[in-house]
Formats: sequence, structure tokens, C-alpha cells
Amino acid sequence: MSKETLISAKDLTVGYNIGKGFFDRTVLKAVNEVSIEIERGSFFGLVGESGSGKTTLGRALLKAAPITGGHAKFTDGQVTYDLATLSGDELKDYRKRAQLIFQDPYAALSPRMTVRDIIAEPLEVMGLTKTREETDARVREIAAKCRLNLEHLRRFPHAFSGGQRQRISIARALVSGPKFIVADESVAALDVSIQADVLNLLKQLQKDLGLTFLFISHDLSVVAHTCDHVAVMYLGRLVESAPTRQLFAAPRHPYTKALFSAIPSLDPDDRGRAQKLVGEIPSPLNQPSGCKFHTRCPNAIDKCRTTEPTLENPGDGHAVSCHRWRELLEAEITA
Amino acid sequence: MTSLIDVENLTLSFRTDEGLVTAVEDVSFSLKKGEVMGLVGESGSGKSVTAKALMQLNAGNAVYDPKSKITLHAEGREVDVLSLKKAAELKIVRGGAISMIFQEPMASFAPAITIGNQMVEQLLIHTDMTKAKAKEVSIEILDRVGISDPAKRFDQYVFELSGGMRQRAMIAMALSTNPKLLIADEPTTALDVTIQAQVIDLMKDLVNEFHMGIIFITHDLGVIAQTADKVCVMYLGRIVEEGPVREVIRNPKHPYTRGLIAALPRFDDLDAPLTPVPGDIPSPLERPTGCVFHTRCREIIGDVCKRDLPQHRWVDPTHRVACHLHAEKEAAR
Repeated sequence: MSKETLISAKDLTVGYNIGKGFFDRTVLKAVNEVSIEIERGSFFGLVGESGSGKTTLGRALLKAAPITGGHAKFTDGQVTYDLATLSGDELKDYRKRAQLIFQDPYAALSPRMTVRDIIAEPLEVMGLTKTREETDARVREIAAKCRLNLEHLRRFPHAFSGGQRQRISIARALVSGPKFIVADESVAALDVSIQADVLNLLKQLQKDLGLTFLFISHDLSVVAHTCDHVAVMYLGRLVESAPTRQLFAAPRHPYTKALFSAIPSLDPDDRGRAQKLVGEIPSPLNQPSGCKFHTRCPNAIDKCRTTEPTLENPGDGHAVSCHRWRELLEAEITA
Repeated sequence: MTSLIDVENLTLSFRTDEGLVTAVEDVSFSLKKGEVMGLVGESGSGKSVTAKALMQLNAGNAVYDPKSKITLHAEGREVDVLSLKKAAELKIVRGGAISMIFQEPMASFAPAITIGNQMVEQLLIHTDMTKAKAKEVSIEILDRVGISDPAKRFDQYVFELSGGMRQRAMIAMALSTNPKLLIADEPTTALDVTIQAQVIDLMKDLVNEFHMGIIFITHDLGVIAQTADKVCVMYLGRIVEEGPVREVIRNPKHPYTRGLIAALPRFDDLDAPLTPVPGDIPSPLERPTGCVFHTRCREIIGDVCKRDLPQHRWVDPTHRVACHLHAEKEAAR
């Protein structure tokens, strides 16, 4: 597989002006100087607690949230766009190339439209097909890829189970032939028995259609199984980013370690309580000084309270933003 | 240990425009004092309906089969829960001996009444405390569940609290009446993993401290493994397997339980393919004949599964399963 970059973001910031009155310029930075590179054809995972900015980052890359700082470049081999300064026509074209799959398949589908109309709507809105026959053919083609049959297309969403509805959402996202898909918690609302089915489908579609996924999830075990590369966010910052295996084998940031240890183990005899995080994610309006994580970090020292660490990349593709990661790693090795 | 609640042959359907829809069928289990029971299954498996039946909280169109019997043993007497009719009688189970924690704390608190007032209100209904005493007790219990600055939180509204804090307040409220049985319906599903871990730890501590029985409803087997003593697996309104949590997770007997465990993404082997349980849970309007699971079963043996309802068999004194596979094995022996 070629190692070309599809999305490249540099110091991307999403800020919302929440000042009260004309002179109050308070800005809430939901995403704060995040740099990521997403390779073409990869499954890029984004994890973090609610409030970490992962959804906002995903939306910014779709141009559905305002980019107020930094750059983001999209290159799919045919076009190159600077997402921060898209013109109206470019934005229209970008919508065909980048699409979103939502979390809740019960809320994302209009109850008054048939499945065929739901899937056909993007084609009609974007003017991708000329005739009804052409639209129908395209809808049937994509529906088949998402394992929906002709019988399904005539029905309304209420007749479907959660897994089937999510397959309809996926079909709708893919019908315009996009190359980049943001899947925002796309399996979080599903039962485990169905979740595996939808994940397998996404992987299959990625291979068949050459898609690139940004997979946003709070469920680390799902991310571990589907993604090639994982980035961890905390309070709008990127704290760690590495190829999946490397990240799961040896997490470097104390936050990532804490996220791992919080996953309930399937072993009833392993009811340990090691390394549980205390407290909750701080409000983005009232961000801690220094390292954003120091208020909950078991390893925080004075430096963490005053100086914010930068994301360093030691050359093995495993970037981390922590003052003490080398020291903690050595301590782990000697222990 | 003595039994706290006994459920026998609970069968429950809902009257709808399409006819009677069976939600729970022939469910029996019993829970001892201080025991934590996990109730697992997909959406639509009837786990919430079963739990709500214990407090008669199901909607007005619920029809209980006359064979159903729920007996609560509390304070030295036996209460036949399903025979309770009037609101005054139901107070014994609703908020009295049984409390319930719901999935969405935001939806379970009244948005326009302070948390404190809601806690005091239920104490005034269920105990003979004075208002001042009720406030004192409420603040104490808020503190106990790990809410910082409880006196201040007491006068706040739910929207002022974060998700984790709301769930803690919910637990505090459920515990303040000192229930014998706590029903927790997906209490951690809406929370982040880090907060989920905190809430699970809290609930474990509370079991030891208050020594009540807990029915823990969840679809997350990991949460069950961490909290429960025993587990009942439900599918389409029936219990398909019941046993001690170690046994059921390490040595699952029913193909559905095996499927649920196989569908979980594992950390120890990232290359293992994810195996979904094939197909979707059938609509309750189209209940399969024979074994309810046969339409999705990977280990179906033949017509017997489509024709006959498998009876529960005890594979050991504490572990039972309803599957023809085990009937075959028994017959072969």
C-alpha cells in the first residue's frame, strides 16, 4: 500500500468565541494546535473521554466546525484542498469526497423517508446523477455492498434493528463515492453481537472501495481491533499518537495508561484497582496551567504544573506529549 | 444465606395494536442477601422489563401471566409483589425495599428541582424523618458516594453536575432509603471508561458496606465480570443460561453466551477476527418456534431446535442452561 498522506493537519485549532459582549474576547479552544497525518487507505483511530475534542477535530476535518488556526490539507490524488480556506465551489466538491457516519442510527435516519430515499438523497442534493434510473442503480449498488437487499429499500427505518439501521447510515455516507470517512462513535450505540458485524463491514468496505477512515471512539478495545494508527486526545490536545500495536504494547503517556487500566477485564479473578484515574476531565473554559493532565496524573511533578510539554517524536513514529515519559519508561524497565 | 427475592415463572406481555407481544417468558431466578446478580443480553432481550416487574414499574398495558410469582422477603415478612395494587401498598417495593438506578441520570432527575429537594422528598415519603434530619442524611450519603462539597451540591440542579457526578448523585439517592435490593439498569453505559471504573469501584464498596442485593443490568460482559457473583443471560425474554460468573464466562454452555463472548474485541489477541452473532434479534412480534435462539445459532443440531423448546438442565448444581445440545449429551451418557 502506498504511504501517501490523505489528510495532513498542522497546529489545527478550533476555537469558539463565547465572550459576553463586544469587548470580551473569551475563546473556548475545543481543539488546540493538533497536528496529525492520516495516510491514504488507513484506519486512523481517535480516542479520549467526552470533552477531549475528538468529535470537534473530526468535524473540523470535514469542514463542519470552524478552523480558527493552523492548516489542514486534503490530497486524494485528484485534488488538493486547504481546508481552512475552501471556497464555496471547492466546499461543494469536498462534501462528495468526505463524509460522516453518525453515532446513533436511531436519530440519524428520517422516519418519514424510505430507505431508498434516504440513501438517494445525497445523490440528488449533490446533483451526482441525471436520471431516476441512474440514481436507483447507484443506490442498489451501494446498498448491496452494505448488505441491504431490494426488499429493504422499500421500507421505512422503523422496521429495522440497530445494526441494520447503521448499515443504512453507512450506505448513505458512501453513496456519493467519498474517499475519506469520519466514523464518529459509529458502533457505540450497538449491541456487542452486532458491533462486531458492523466493524467487519467497515473493514470490508475500506478494502473494496479504497476508503480512509477517521474512527472516533471511546472504546479502546474496538479501536485496538480495527485501527492501524491511534491518536489519544485530552482536553483539546494530542497527548500520544502511534501505530496501534506499538501504542497498546507500550503506552507512553500516563493518560493512555490510565485509559487502558480502566477497561473492565473479562477475567472475574482480575478485579484489581491499579492506576484508576481520580476526578474528571476539567472544563475547557478553565484549563489547568502547564500540562493539561497534571490535575489527574499520578506522576505529576512541579514542572508539569508550570510548563506545558510539547509533542515529541523520538523517531520511532510513537509521539508523546509528557515531560517524564522517558524517565517513567526507564523506571518501568528496571522495575 | 437467605433468599431476598424469588421470581418464579415470570411471563409478561404487552397489549399493543398488533396484539399481545411477549416480552418476558417463564423467567425464574432467586437472589440472596448481599448477592450481586448480572443480567446480560442484547437490547430487546427483556432484561429491563424483568427488572421493572420486580417493582411493577412496567407500563399500564403490561399483562402478567397468572402463573407469574414474585416474592420479596424483607423485614421478616413475605410480600407477594404482583398482588400489590394500590400505590400505598406498592410503596413497600417502590423506593422502600427496592431502589433503582437508571442509565440516563439526566433524564431521571427532575430538571427544575434541586438535587437536595428530590432526595429529601423521597426520604419524607419513605421514612419518618423530619425535614432537617432528611437533609442531614442526604448530605451524608452524597459525601459517601464521593461527591465533593456535598452541602453545596445539595442546593444545585442536575444540569450543574457532570455525567459522573450525576450518576453518583443517582446512586446516593437510591441508597438513602436503605433498600434491601438495588436494581441498576445500565448504570455505567453512558459514562466514559475512566468514570465507569470509578462508579464500578464505588458500587463494589457499597455492596460490602450496605450488604444489599444488587441486580446489575448491562450488555457489557466486562462490567459483569468485574462486579457480579452470578449471571443470568437473557435472549428474547427467556433466561438461556444461569451460573456463577466465573463459570459462565470461562465455560459458557449456551451457544448464545459463547457468541456474546466471541463478539467482544479482546486485548490479548489483536489479530483474532471479530465474530459477530449472525443475524439480528428477531422482532418480538415474530417469536421463533422451538428454541428462541435457533434463527441465529451456529451450533443448531436440527429440527429439534426449531420444534421443541429446550428445558433448563443443570450442568452442575449452580449452573443451568436451556439448550438441546446439552439434552443430547445427557441422553448419550
